[in-house]
Amino acid sequence: MKIMVPVRRVPNPDVKVRLKKDGTGIETEGVNFLVNPFDEYAIEEAVRITEKSGGEVFLVSIGGPENEETLRAGLALGAHRAYLVDLGGECYESSGIADILAAVFKQENPDLVIMGKQSVDTDNNQAAQMLAAKLGLAQACFAYKVELQDGKAVVQREIDGGLEVKEVELPAVITADLRLNQPRYASLPAIMKAKKKEVKKVTPADLGAEPKNRARVLGLSEPPPRKAGQKVASVDELVDKLVNEAKVL
Amino acid sequence: MSENYVKGGSFLVRETTPEEVFTPEDFTSEQLQFAKTARDFIDNEVIPRNDEIEEKKPGVVPELLRKAGELGLLMADVPEEYGGLGLDKASSALVTENMSGQGSFSVAFGAHVGIGTLPLVYYGTEELKKKYLPGLADGSLVGCYCLTEPTAGSDALSIRTKAVLSEDGKHYILNGTKQFITNGGFADVFTVFAKIDGEQFTGFVLDKDTPGLKIGPEEHKMGIHGSSTTTVIFEDAKVPVENVIGEIGKGHKIAFNILNIGRFKLGAGAVGSSKRALEHALAYALERKQFGRRLAEFGAIREKLAEMYARTYAAESTVYRTVGLIDQLLSLSGGGHDEAALQAIEEYSVECAIVKVFGSEVLDYVVDQTVQTYGGYGYCAEYPAERFYRDSRINRIFEGTNEINRLLVPGMLLRKAMKGEVPLFQAAQALQEELMGIPSLDMDADLGLLDAEKRLVANLKKICLFVAGVAAQKFGKGLAEQQNVLLRIADLAIQAYAAESTVLRVLKDAAKRGEDRLALPIAAARIVCEEAVTTAEATAREALAGIEEGDTLMTMLAALRRLVRRTPANLVAARETIAAKLVEMERVIW
Repeated sequence: MKIMVPVRRVPNPDVKVRLKKDGTGIETEGVNFLVNPFDEYAIEEAVRITEKSGGEVFLVSIGGPENEETLRAGLALGAHRAYLVDLGGECYESSGIADILAAVFKQENPDLVIMGKQSVDTDNNQAAQMLAAKLGLAQACFAYKVELQDGKAVVQREIDGGLEVKEVELPAVITADLRLNQPRYASLPAIMKAKKKEVKKVTPADLGAEPKNRARVLGLSEPPPRKAGQKVASVDELVDKLVNEAKVL
Repeated sequence: MSENYVKGGSFLVRETTPEEVFTPEDFTSEQLQFAKTARDFIDNEVIPRNDEIEEKKPGVVPELLRKAGELGLLMADVPEEYGGLGLDKASSALVTENMSGQGSFSVAFGAHVGIGTLPLVYYGTEELKKKYLPGLADGSLVGCYCLTEPTAGSDALSIRTKAVLSEDGKHYILNGTKQFITNGGFADVFTVFAKIDGEQFTGFVLDKDTPGLKIGPEEHKMGIHGSSTTTVIFEDAKVPVENVIGEIGKGHKIAFNILNIGRFKLGAGAVGSSKRALEHALAYALERKQFGRRLAEFGAIREKLAEMYARTYAAESTVYRTVGLIDQLLSLSGGGHDEAALQAIEEYSVECAIVKVFGSEVLDYVVDQTVQTYGGYGYCAEYPAERFYRDSRINRIFEGTNEINRLLVPGMLLRKAMKGEVPLFQAAQALQEELMGIPSLDMDADLGLLDAEKRLVANLKKICLFVAGVAAQKFGKGLAEQQNVLLRIADLAIQAYAAESTVLRVLKDAAKRGEDRLALPIAAARIVCEEAVTTAEATAREALAGIEEGDTLMTMLAALRRLVRRTPANLVAARETIAAKLVEMERVIW
C-alpha cells in the first residue's frame, strides 16, 4: 500500500508566540520549528500500516528550503521518501495548499492519504477536507483507530459522548487525532538513514498545480491581557459591582 | 599524523581566529535531531520515573538504559562494525549534554557509555569487542569500571588488587576490593584494573557471573541517590587470559586515556544540567509572586538568571571548542578507534582537564543560584532545585577531582614546553621584556565587535604566562611541589581558555547570523571577560605575593596592573540585557 502523508513545519508549540510589531506574522527569533505534532501521529499510523503489510510512505511538505529539515525529521520516523514543494516565498491558505496536495496525489496515485487533523500554528483544520473534496474522495477526520480491509478503511472517530465507526472506500483522506497512536522516537540510526532518503524538490508548476488563495489573512493580534481581579468586602458590594461595573446582572 | 593541527595547550601562546573554533552553532540538523531524541527521551521516559529511580527500585535504571539503547543513544562511541554508530565526538558530547536532567540516570548513562564501554572500544581484542560491544551499544549489557579502591583514589596507580596467573596458564586469579563503582549493583560487564603479581598494572574484562566476583552493599550518598555505587570484591575470581585488555603492565594507559574522554563528556553533561537548572529557575521566577510582583521582575533575581546564563554559555563554548579540536585531529589521524585516536585525544588533555573543572564549577554555581531563586522551596525535596543541588556536587569529585585536574593543567603545559611542542618559555620571556619596557599610555580604540573583550582575553593569557614564568624562575624543578602556586596558574589558564572560547564563539556566530541577533551572547561575553579579569587579578596577586616580596613583588604587581588596566564593562547593563530577554521570551534561548 502506498500512503501519502502531508507534513507541516510549525513553530515549537511550547514556545510563547510573539507577534511581529506590524502584526503580519510571528517573531521567529529564538523559535525552533518542528514537525506538526498531529502529523507525527499520521506518520506513525502510516508507517505501522506499511510495517505490517508492506508498501511505502511518502511525505509532502509545502513551504521553503527549510522544510527539508522537517521532512528529514519525518523520514527519521520511518517514512520512505518525500516531496518538498518550494513555494518560492509565496504563501497559501488551506485551499491553495489543498490544490498543491491534490496535484501530488494525481502524480503518485496513493491508496491512502493520512494527515494531522490540523496544524498547531493556525489551527485551520481545513486542508484535509478540501483535499478530499477536490479529489472527490471519501474522508474520515479525527481518527481514533484505523483498520484496513480490502479496498476499505474502517475508521473510529471520537465524537461527543462516544465513538462513531465509519467505513470509507479507498483511496480516502483520513486525519489523525491525538489518541490514534503513540508516535515513536526517532532513533539515532534512523536519523542517519533519513539523511540518505530521497527528498524530491519541486515547485507547484512542476506538479502542474495552479494553487489559488480564496482567503487571506489580514492581520494577527494578541488576545487582550486579562484585567486584574478585585476583592470585595461584602455580598452587597459584589452585587453592586456586577450590576453597575461589569453590567452582567 | 599531519603537523597541520592546533597543538594542545597552545591557546596560551597563539592567537586563535573565530573561524577555526567549533561552536554549538555549527551543529548540523542531523546532530540537532540526535539532541532532540535524547532530550525527549529524558523528558518522557526518565523524568516521570524520578521517584522510582531515586528509591533505587530494582530494574528501573537498567530498563531505561535498555530503552535508550534501542534508540541508539548508547551507540555514539562504538564503531559501526560492532553494532555502534561511530559518531564524531561532537555528536557524542551533544547526546551526553541532552541526556541530563535526572542526575542519577545521567551518571548511570555516563559511566556506561564512557568508562564502562570505551576501554573495550580502544583496547579490546577483536574477540572481546565482538563479544561485548554490540550488547553494550544496544543496552542489553550494562558496563562499569573498577579502578578506585579504599586506599587508592586519586593515587590510582597504588591499587592493591592483585592478579596471579593460574598454574595451567589459562586464567588470572584476582583478589582485592574496588570501591565507588558506578553501576556496580546491576552491571553485566566489569572493566577491572589489577596488578599482575602485585606489579604490572593491567586491565581485565570480567563477566558478572565470574566465580569469585561479589557485589558489595550500596553506598549512601549525598546526591545521585538513584545511581548504583557499590564495592566490587574479588575472591579468587577466575578471569580467562584472553580477557586481558591492552598490554600487560600498560593498564595505566587505558585508565588515563579514557579519562580524557570522560572529562570532556563530564563538561558536556554539566552544561546540560546547567541549562536544565536555569530553565527551572526561570520558570519559577516567572511564576512565583512576592510583594505583588513576579520574582523575575526583581533586579536581585534578574541578575542571578543573567549570570547563570552567561556562565553556562561560557561553559558550553569551552566544551564544544575542545570537542571540535579533538574531532579535527581525530579525522587527521584516520578517524579510527585505536591507539592513534587516543593519542589524538590525549593531545588535548590540558583542554579536557579545563573543561572538566570549569564545567563542574559552573554547574555548582548554577544549581546554588537555582536553590536561592526558589528560596525556602529550593531547600525542599518537593521541588527540583534541591535534587539538582545535591546531584551536581559529585562532578567536582569524580573523573579526577578538580584539584587533580587543576594540577594536571600546568603540569602538562610544562611538559609540552620542555618537549618544545608549545613555545611557552619563549612567550613568557618575550612577555617579561614587554612588561619591563615602557608602557604605552594610549588605550586602544575599541571599534569592532567585542574588541575590548578580545584585548582582555589576550591579557588573561599574558597574566597566566607571567605568573607561570615567575614561578618557574623562582622554583625551577621544585615548582612541582608548590601546589598552591600550581593551582593558581591552573585557574589563570582556565579563565583565559573559557573567556577566549566565549568571545570566539560570539564572533563566529556574528559573522553568520549578524550582530543584531546576538544581544544575549554579546552580553554574556562581556560578563564572562570582565569577571575573568577581576578574578584573574586577585588570583595573580595572591600567587605573586606568595612567590616574591619587597621591591621585586612591587615591580611585578605594577606589571600585573598594566595587564588588567581597562575601563570596567557595565555588567549591570549586560545582565539586564540577558534577563529582560529571558523574561520576555519566558524561556531560555541560546
